Amino acid sequence: MSAAGSTTALVVGAGIGGITAALDIANSGFPVVLVEREPSIGGHMAQLSETFPTLDCSQCIMTPRTVEVGHHDLVRLHTYSEIESVRRSDSGGFVVGIRRRAAYVDWDKCTGCGVCQEKCPFKVESAFERGIGPRKVIYTLSPQAVPNKPVLDAEHCRYLQSKWDMQAGRIPSVDKQGQPASPKCGACAKLCPTGALNWDQQDTLVEEEVGAVILATGYDLLPASRLPEYGGGELKDVVDGLAFERLLAASGPTAGKVLRPSDGAVPKHVVFVQCSGSRDPERGVPYCSKICCLYVAKQAMLYKHRVPDGEASVFYIDVRAGGKGYEEFVTRAQEEHHVRYLRGKVSRIYSQDGRLIVKGVDTLSHRAVEVQADLVVLATAIVPRVSTPAVAGLFGVAADGNGFLVSGDEEMAPVESGAEGVFLAGAALGPKDIPETVAQASGAAAKVLSLFLRRRMLETTAPAGEGMRAA
Amino acid sequence: MTEAGRAYSYFPGCTLATTAVDYDVSGRAVAAALGLELNEVPDWNCCGAAFPLSADNVMSFIAPARVLIAAERSGHDLATLCAVCFHVLKRSDAYLRTHSEAAERLNAFITEGDYTGRTRVRHLLGVVRDDVGWEAVKQRVAAPLTGLAAAPYYGCLLLRPQEEMEFDQAERPRVLQDLLRALGATPVEFPRQAECCGSTLVVSAPGANRRLSTAVVDSARLAGAAMIVTACPLCKYNLDQAQAGRPSPEQLPVAYFTQVMAAAFGLLEVAGPAFAVEAST
Amino acid sequence: MKSRIGVFVCHCGHNIASSVDVPGLAETLRRHPDVAFAADYKYMCSDPGQQLIRQAIADHRLDGVVVAACSPAMHETTFRRTAEGAGVNPYRCECANIREQVSWVHQHDQPAATAKAGDIVRSIVERVRQDECLEPLTLALTRRCVVIGGGIAGMQAALDVAGAGYPVVLIERQSALGGRMAQLSGTYLTLEGGSERLAQMIAAIERHANIQVLTEAEVTACSGYVGNFQVEVRTGRPGGAEVTPFTLDAGAIVVATGWDPYDLSRLPEVGGGLLPDVVSTLDFERMLAPGGRLARPSDGVVPRQVVFIHCAGSRDPEHGVPYCSKTCCMVVAKQAMMFRQRVPEGQAYAFYIDLRTAGKGYEEYVRRSAEEHGVLYLRGKVSAVAAENGRLRVSGADTLSDLAVDILADLVVLATPMVPADGAVPLGQTLHISTDADGFFNEAHPKLRPVETLTAGVYLAGTCQGPRDIPETLAQASGAAAKVMQLFSHAEMTQSPTVAAVVEDLCAACATCVGTCPYGARSLHPVRAVAVVNPALCQGCGACVVACPNKACFVRNWRPTQVMAMLDQVGWSGDL
Repeated sequence: MSAAGSTTALVVGAGIGGITAALDIANSGFPVVLVEREPSIGGHMAQLSETFPTLDCSQCIMTPRTVEVGHHDLVRLHTYSEIESVRRSDSGGFVVGIRRRAAYVDWDKCTGCGVCQEKCPFKVESAFERGIGPRKVIYTLSPQAVPNKPVLDAEHCRYLQSKWDMQAGRIPSVDKQGQPASPKCGACAKLCPTGALNWDQQDTLVEEEVGAVILATGYDLLPASRLPEYGGGELKDVVDGLAFERLLAASGPTAGKVLRPSDGAVPKHVVFVQCSGSRDPERGVPYCSKICCLYVAKQAMLYKHRVPDGEASVFYIDVRAGGKGYEEFVTRAQEEHHVRYLRGKVSRIYSQDGRLIVKGVDTLSHRAVEVQADLVVLATAIVPRVSTPAVAGLFGVAADGNGFLVSGDEEMAPVESGAEGVFLAGAALGPKDIPETVAQASGAAAKVLSLFLRRRMLETTAPAGEGMRAA
Repeated sequence: MTEAGRAYSYFPGCTLATTAVDYDVSGRAVAAALGLELNEVPDWNCCGAAFPLSADNVMSFIAPARVLIAAERSGHDLATLCAVCFHVLKRSDAYLRTHSEAAERLNAFITEGDYTGRTRVRHLLGVVRDDVGWEAVKQRVAAPLTGLAAAPYYGCLLLRPQEEMEFDQAERPRVLQDLLRALGATPVEFPRQAECCGSTLVVSAPGANRRLSTAVVDSARLAGAAMIVTACPLCKYNLDQAQAGRPSPEQLPVAYFTQVMAAAFGLLEVAGPAFAVEAST
Repeated sequence: MKSRIGVFVCHCGHNIASSVDVPGLAETLRRHPDVAFAADYKYMCSDPGQQLIRQAIADHRLDGVVVAACSPAMHETTFRRTAEGAGVNPYRCECANIREQVSWVHQHDQPAATAKAGDIVRSIVERVRQDECLEPLTLALTRRCVVIGGGIAGMQAALDVAGAGYPVVLIERQSALGGRMAQLSGTYLTLEGGSERLAQMIAAIERHANIQVLTEAEVTACSGYVGNFQVEVRTGRPGGAEVTPFTLDAGAIVVATGWDPYDLSRLPEVGGGLLPDVVSTLDFERMLAPGGRLARPSDGVVPRQVVFIHCAGSRDPEHGVPYCSKTCCMVVAKQAMMFRQRVPEGQAYAFYIDLRTAGKGYEEYVRRSAEEHGVLYLRGKVSAVAAENGRLRVSGADTLSDLAVDILADLVVLATPMVPADGAVPLGQTLHISTDADGFFNEAHPKLRPVETLTAGVYLAGTCQGPRDIPETLAQASGAAAKVMQLFSHAEMTQSPTVAAVVEDLCAACATCVGTCPYGARSLHPVRAVAVVNPALCQGCGACVVACPNKACFVRNWRPTQVMAMLDQVGWSGDL
């Protein structure tokens, strides 16, 4: 450890913000420790179909970044891992304890061949697919996952559950003949060509010493259960924005066909409800979620591409298209793709006779409206990850009443936190779109680079004796 | 629950004393059947009939405050059956407890004594759920209503605003469903179960009122209900009126939850006309 | 001489293997005369897959590698590094794309997909057969950054780069730093607090040892390329006494030229440029700013009734600009609140189309302006503003109540859009960066490369790229600084050697290539009668190859003979 402090950076969260920051730092010659909670990197951007306003395929533009960061000599990637403890080191840096969850797969042996996923006989609902499609019990998030190594969901694994039940004496550990019984299934382990399954794998703890930190823990969507008047998540054909992305995505469960979750039919009328929980201090969150106006326009447009004879309606309060080319994009949705915009709030959504009834008001025509829909997409509010305030707290960074991270000076120092050496980027600070996240992540990287380059200068100009000690 | 805890101050309200006597009668009967002692509030007056939204007029709280004071003196919870009364009393109680200045001014006007905010306002449905419990209700059932597809209809005053009424989830209420199940009936979910029936628009805008009530009835029928169950005399009035012109086979009977309980408890004399056919067979 | 090429066919899990007969393909290629080794593997990019390649190179003395897998955009770098590690020149390792171009688009016809994959792999084998061994080009790197524009974006970028120890030259056209922010009354959230922060920032710039500030200076020319720009700067006022052009060497350029206010006289229907008491939000900022006077321009009287008109010129493709200016909704809310603080008995009205307050705390801010400061928001457009007895009659529509609205006002404030700073388009031409139809600079990619331009070494910060507010500008400016630091962190510049070259014997020095090259990489030799290539600027696009009438141009490892040989393999159906 040098006297000037470590010049390794920690980036928490490997969505597009964290990846950008990690690459900016690593490509400038400084090591990066990148920690991601999910089994693979990419965050929400990996779930998106196409991106506004250019309709670029999200996977296609992002994959080069995920691959680069995944194979970078200076990036140490800890996926399926969470920050557990933080303490300040003597040189003003941080000693960070990282817990890597047991994947039950030895990733050093695994070649990522996919046989285990293919042969696993059990399916469960996939959080990545937002409930639209299943995943196997042993799984990667997507075929393009980086790293392309599976994890095993112990809670749903027949083998592990029966093994643990036997160990705990909940079920007999000998069969009728008195022979030791073996746990059920285990197909993955039997078929793995490299013997990579490890049933006894435990969580592991790693310590990393770093000199600066970037928090880029991203966002989540407000759970639909918080919106009982819109079905509370119990109406199958009322989905949220990310679920609709999965329906549109070529890599999604329907291979990009827009099909209703309830019966697989092609919806002929899709209603989008903006501000579902946003700008609603009484029932949801008080703030504007910033990205919904554009992604709804995009989704409506993509739906019309897929189902040309279909109809798309959007309920909105204000159309907030502030961004380069955004105004023009929404205009295109309205004028070229004939997406119908209704200014007003939706009061209730319910199912009747196999269709959905969307009750609302059109504040421009002053009429109460009841629209029949085959599928409803709720642009639910952007909320911080549940764990964000706790993780930030470990680094001495505060969160606001909504759970978003607070920068030292929201206007004049947007990427600096109140804590020395800790910088912030992306939607963890508040809702924002991809370019703003990316620019901000580079901004946070600049602060880290500035710090590290100063440290390096200090080191090279330090008296020889001290340099020796440091080495 | 001790026997003493099963006594309540009971506030019937004007409607139950006049046009909805059958609600009052059935309510008292099932309460007795469940061992609940209802002591009518002495010298009660109208609850005020509408929760005053222009809160600067403190005098509007005099009517509900008198009732609250009477209940407070009895030392028991104040139970009602009328959803409107429940709404007004419950919210007035909350208002007076959180606005001490208004309470003070009000107390100066009332001769019976001061309201100090110790009355707990209850709806009898909540009493049955929380103090009696569904298990005890089930045990009291003499003739389970097996096969009865009943649509629980809440309206709005019973539930909203959720934070103040503290009764059930406004958007996904459950109490009537649970009651119906305890009585052996099959609750029928329908989208308009917590929508407004039109309420007092029946006076000011009868057309709008009829549209809303008709929509509620049709929605329940479409969902497969053979009966609508309510806890509000105004809702029942509006839903009955909406069907008034229809030929009788197309009419959906509307019953108070107390009448449905009475039917299941075998108290057919107070179960009302909706169960009359069953009573005769 | 026969080549000793190794072919490595990837299954990509099921991605390729489900529609291409991968083992069969490897088997066929094994019999190719120039193929010394062929194998297939589940995931060639995995560590065992790369080990397989390294082993085969050693065991079979391979001199070229073809990896038949995904797009080269995905893993070309990976496999070239693998080949290089085992002793094969990286430029003799190529990817044959049999995933995006074959398996993903021919999922239901295995024989046809396999045949097409064979064609592609054989054509790449042909290419590798003729590939030259190349070394990456190395170029010198000047670690100095020129920042154009002394507003908050330029200053923030300069501070970050200078803070990392690199020299910065900050060029500002005006006589003082601060840009548009110096004209503002304050920021949204802290109101007056903003100007103090700005003063601190200017002071930090002025005392920074690594920052040289040039005021009243303009960039007049730029040559060179990433790492080696020559920027010509002229100081002194044009037409003034001192005009002294000089040249700065710089490795990177940050463009932060900011915005100008929209010309009020383009809004005559609402009195812009005609009525003295119809002012812009920037004018009103000056009235609200410390030291400013809140008074009507016509008679100096303090206004009581103030009408704000949002989207005055923006979101109006027919008469104004098509885009949303993004900051005005908050600016109006701020100004209306400040006005009410100064004139408590006054009333502020705001005509809007949509309230666009998407930003942290912004929604709450506008709510506060309406609920606590009584700002009356009216959703609708204003059709006319006319003078009436020394006051202004504002006629508009409230689209929510469907009523025509008529307000007698003392002052009308037009929330006009930001437009690119004067001279942005010619500066873009000077720097070889493009502008969009509205005159804002284009980023390299709207999603993932928001602070870069398509010209390497030139970066963007702030409103010169499009309207944005202060926090977004500052974050982006730091982002541009990160790119500069990243560039400066390299010991030297490296560039791909697959650039254009000239067969001098064939060249007639006709200069067709000079005019064709979009990157300015071609010129005629100053002495000899031949065209030359500046490899630092050449992007290997091949435009000159097509244009050359004598076939004297070629791109290394894309020689016409290679391309023709590759084409011969496509659609080939005979036996090997």
